[in-house]
Amino acid sequence: MKKYGGVSAELAAVDGRKRLNMDKIMTALCFVLLLIIVVVPIFMIIYNAFFFEGKLDVRMFVEQLTEPNNLGAMWNTLKIAALTTVLGTIMGVFYAWLLGRSDIPAKGLMRALFNIPYMFPPFLGAMAWDMMFNGRSGYINKWLVQVFGLSSMPININSVWGIVFVEVSYYFPFVFMQVVSALERMDPTLEESARIAGAKQRQVIWKITLPLVKPAISAGALLILTTSLAHFGVPAILGYAKRIYTLPTRIYEVIYNSGGSFDGIRQGAAISVMLVVVVALALILQNRILSAGSYDIIKGKSMRPTLIKLRGAKIPLLLLAILTLVMIVIVPLVMIVLISFLKAYGLPLEFKNFTFAQYEKVFSANGTIASIRNSLFVSITAGIICMFLGTLVAYVVQKIKPKGKGVLEVVSMLPYAIPGTVLSIGVILAWSGRIAGINLYNTIWIILVAYLARYLSFSMKTSSAALLQVHSSLEEAARVCGASHTESLADITLPLIRPAMVSGFFLIFLPAMREVTTSILLYGPYTRTLGVQIYSLRDAGMIPQAAALATVAIGIIIILNTLVTKLTKDKKGV
Amino acid sequence: MADQIILNHVTKRFTTKTLGDIVAVDDFNLSVHEGECFSFLGPSGCGKSTTLRMIAGFEDLTEGEIELCGRLVSSSRKNLYVPPEERGLGMVFQAFAVWPHMNVFENVAFPLRIQKVNKTEITKRVNEALHHTSLTGLENVFPGDLSGGQQQRIALARAIVTNPKVMLLDEPLSNLDPKLRETMRFEIKALQRKFNFTIIFVTHDQSEAMAISDRMMVCDMGKIMQIDTPENLYNKPCNRFVHNFLGESTFINVEIRDGKAYPAGHGEQALDLQIPQDAAKKMVVATRPNEISLTGPGEGGFASHIEKRIFLTDRTEYLVPVGDQLLKVQTPHRVTFSQGEACAVHLVDPMWYPADDEAAEKERARRQLV
Amino acid sequence: MANVKFEDITFRYGSNTVLEHFSLNVESGTIVCLVGPSGCGKTTLVRALLGLIKPETGSITVGDRVLYSAQKRINVPAEKRNIGIVFQDYAVWPHMTVVENVSYPLKKQRVPKNEIRKRAMRALEQVHMTEYANHLPNQLSGGQQQRVAIARALVVDSDVLVMDEPITNLDAKLREEMLLEIRMIQKRLNATILYITHDQQSALQLCDKMAIMEQNGVLCQYGTDEEIILRPANRFTFEFIGVSNFIPVVKDGAQMMLDCGEKIAYPGEVPPEAAAGGYEMGVRPNDVVFDKNSPLKARVDSRVFLGSEYNYFLSLGSRQVRVQQSMLDARTRGIAQEGETVGIRFLNTRFYPLKKGAETA
Repeated sequence: MKKYGGVSAELAAVDGRKRLNMDKIMTALCFVLLLIIVVVPIFMIIYNAFFFEGKLDVRMFVEQLTEPNNLGAMWNTLKIAALTTVLGTIMGVFYAWLLGRSDIPAKGLMRALFNIPYMFPPFLGAMAWDMMFNGRSGYINKWLVQVFGLSSMPININSVWGIVFVEVSYYFPFVFMQVVSALERMDPTLEESARIAGAKQRQVIWKITLPLVKPAISAGALLILTTSLAHFGVPAILGYAKRIYTLPTRIYEVIYNSGGSFDGIRQGAAISVMLVVVVALALILQNRILSAGSYDIIKGKSMRPTLIKLRGAKIPLLLLAILTLVMIVIVPLVMIVLISFLKAYGLPLEFKNFTFAQYEKVFSANGTIASIRNSLFVSITAGIICMFLGTLVAYVVQKIKPKGKGVLEVVSMLPYAIPGTVLSIGVILAWSGRIAGINLYNTIWIILVAYLARYLSFSMKTSSAALLQVHSSLEEAARVCGASHTESLADITLPLIRPAMVSGFFLIFLPAMREVTTSILLYGPYTRTLGVQIYSLRDAGMIPQAAALATVAIGIIIILNTLVTKLTKDKKGV
Repeated sequence: MADQIILNHVTKRFTTKTLGDIVAVDDFNLSVHEGECFSFLGPSGCGKSTTLRMIAGFEDLTEGEIELCGRLVSSSRKNLYVPPEERGLGMVFQAFAVWPHMNVFENVAFPLRIQKVNKTEITKRVNEALHHTSLTGLENVFPGDLSGGQQQRIALARAIVTNPKVMLLDEPLSNLDPKLRETMRFEIKALQRKFNFTIIFVTHDQSEAMAISDRMMVCDMGKIMQIDTPENLYNKPCNRFVHNFLGESTFINVEIRDGKAYPAGHGEQALDLQIPQDAAKKMVVATRPNEISLTGPGEGGFASHIEKRIFLTDRTEYLVPVGDQLLKVQTPHRVTFSQGEACAVHLVDPMWYPADDEAAEKERARRQLV
Repeated sequence: MANVKFEDITFRYGSNTVLEHFSLNVESGTIVCLVGPSGCGKTTLVRALLGLIKPETGSITVGDRVLYSAQKRINVPAEKRNIGIVFQDYAVWPHMTVVENVSYPLKKQRVPKNEIRKRAMRALEQVHMTEYANHLPNQLSGGQQQRVAIARALVVDSDVLVMDEPITNLDAKLREEMLLEIRMIQKRLNATILYITHDQQSALQLCDKMAIMEQNGVLCQYGTDEEIILRPANRFTFEFIGVSNFIPVVKDGAQMMLDCGEKIAYPGEVPPEAAAGGYEMGVRPNDVVFDKNSPLKARVDSRVFLGSEYNYFLSLGSRQVRVQQSMLDARTRGIAQEGETVGIRFLNTRFYPLKKGAETA
């Protein structure tokens, strides 16, 4: 037994004052940072769309709203998004069911492969498809004309349908992944009880299985819808040639044509408002649908579902699945690699025309090396800052729970709902000298600020989920063991959520590396990102060089992804 | 009474990567009479659920035949397999398996809609089923808004609405709290009396099985151990496993010398018991803690003392040394001995098992580790 | 180890009073089980002892050290109270190995490094976990995690060990083993243990003394298991500790009657204070026995065979009486048939003042 000679009343400070202070500092910090990073840019867009020189002035907004080009772009945006959503959903559900409920072979491998399109940057895919089926010069088009003696190019990828095709092939995994996991979690007795009730296998699929995974289907479908509405890369690459605009490409066009003047940016802001309204409507729809149907379909006993025997259809369906994978993953990849070896774009794909010159150019040109460096720098910095900031916000929201935590949550999630293009305009309006003389325009910092706003919600979400898992008794146990509040935070809470923080980092770092939508409006002469550089090379007609850089980019992405999977595999803690 | 469900040499073998061949169900032969409530009882992995799923038609059989209501539904020899939807069964699952996207009425109406019964008839029969399961008034509610007990009632209503001859219940009460379990047990029995179906009830809970069944089958490691009425099974278990599985048991290893049973150990005092004729040299005497009576010393019985007394909520438990073993005795609270007090143990009509049963027990434990 | 003394503790959440003027003295070197239904304030009491919440009034003393006193404005912070705790979910830190978990409290007390290792290993030895020293918690079973939690609570020579429902998540068999183990550790260290649970069964198996708490933080009875089982102080304790039947007693002239819709003469003795009326009789289902010579007749409504016992529901007038007949009793006296009228006798009856509203029940 220990002795306490006289240490009783002396130690008896009323606990709590110190802790309150630290909590308060953290809370205040959250509010200030979110205000600067998120609220200011959004406010600037709205302000500049409707106010001019300090006065309410909706003339420009009305002008933009009635401009036929903009209306056409809006119509295209809606058309492409709607078609992509419908087709992508059908494709996602079909393959999810095939892998989740049928006896098709090699399920594990196929499931991994079906996730690849999700990592593949869609605008690189668009580039590849453009090389093959461009309405004027596509390689496969030319070959088809030659072989079959056609009078015109048989397939034109530079069309609304072409854009839809490419978007579907990269966005269907949104639905696929959601539905596959819903099918896996589903209690198989839900289906078995329908069999007992007298329903045939086919009736079970239509009346029980599909309705039960409907929430997963709608969640995935709406993710496709919002992503497609805000997407820049694919319509930019495939649509410009035929002057097919969507709202994001139209915004870029307006600003680009004005040479980055304030007027152009203001016009862009006005069009942005149109885009935000469309996306907001989609999100409201999403909330409606998701809250209406969240069923509990988690299984009770662990039991494998009865798999449906495909019998004769097994081999054809397997071939179809393999063909799909080849079409959307292998073919574009091979095409980009092949083109990257060409001496000049347009030459036949023959061995005598192959060269390493493009790679030499890529690795000797200052611009490209700088773009890789820039992308690495912005992505890593944004990843690290967001990792800490997101965790801070998550901790304040989950554990300190101050007044106004709802506001904190909404504000930090807000940029998630705002298209990258729009966010860029807000950042330009805010940080090019109009507020407190801070001018970041044409520097790498403006891209960083935009990334912070755009990706903060990613890390905040993962940290939040992890913090919820840290039961308060774990911290309390540390207190009782003699740790102060700060010590228990450092010794227990932070180490426990470290794996989540790290995966939050990669969730930001990886998409930021291949990002083009946000940075395309923000880059300056010396601050091109990898995505922007590929886009510009291609835009300038240096297609083989763009392909070479794209190959390098894909290589980097594959290496990083492998690293991440390796790193996050063995983790301890929650 | 006609036999309604007949299992003939039913065997199910699985091949797994790690363990090789496993005989999940080994040569089951049994027949369930019309209107009977028959339980499959056993620990997990004993083959009870697999057997039920074979009867339902979710699993095919490796060998044997199953006959339902006079109709052959599964036969390995004839390569015959009637799919579940054509077997005309009712079934209730452990996790309720009510469809969350349909309201109560639609859940119960589903089997009738599949059968293309006309609308007025559906309304009539669904309302009747809901009435018998005390769900009237909840027609338009979705299952997600109901308690576990109510969800299980929906499953029952859905099962009875087609008026099946045979009802399969797969651990239907395990997900409910103990109090509700008792009520639901009564309700299932009441429904059976009303609709007159045959029940197969799968459970691992022996008191639940005994409370509900007319007869039951105890199985272990893919083999049938014993089939009998609950009282006979409890009072005359055929082996040590069944004895132990059907209720708290206490075993005394004894040695037979000069026609007397001496508890293992150095003791010179024999148990006051009639020894069965076919007793081997070493036997196990099996009884249950609450079937042993404790009296003061000098009233006959095996003289000993109270080693330890533990109060439980509804009884007092005493540990009493017998030879080198500690015998567990349970009495109502009103029988009070204090710790260390002398007493006498009277075994009332115990069971005798050969001592090598113990080896089987060990084998069992070993195989469960695999 | 030391004794723990709660005096006059009051605690409110907003307007909801959880504990009111609660006092309890846990003697040194004993296991005291604090038992009560959920929401009776037992967890609040523990959190007050640990310093995780602050009561409004009263004081908490461990040994001769005042941890909290509202009057003297003393509130020792949680990390300085020297109380070991085993939480319900063990709260073993999943990112630390077993030995790191157990060493943590020593580290926080700035114990020299070589001694930390020695003391941590000794604590692990006490709970037979030395061979798992370098395992991570997720490699351990529930029971083993619990032992780690106990070792962590033991390692700093705490004055008191508090266990908050530590075994509720375990299956029945492991629960019994853990109770034995806790008992053994307590004996070895002569520890003072405050054990919180809502499960009377495990409390009875473990405790030296039991404190029964009623809803709203009222202490009903504090005593040994024998006192609680054989002499429940009030109706709540009687009802809480096991299944029970209650029938009001009324006086009709000189005769005591049982109020069962119609009044039925009660053949037994009634203590004088109950004879004035306003009392009810409580009897356990296994203290109701069949006796054809008894003047008290009841009808058997249902009988269920449960293996170790038969469970009956009888109608005595308009009251339902629950009877449990053990197999031994069934074999010696025989079983009753459904629909039959049987004579019954009540043994071990208790009498308590009527609960408000009980007459209408």
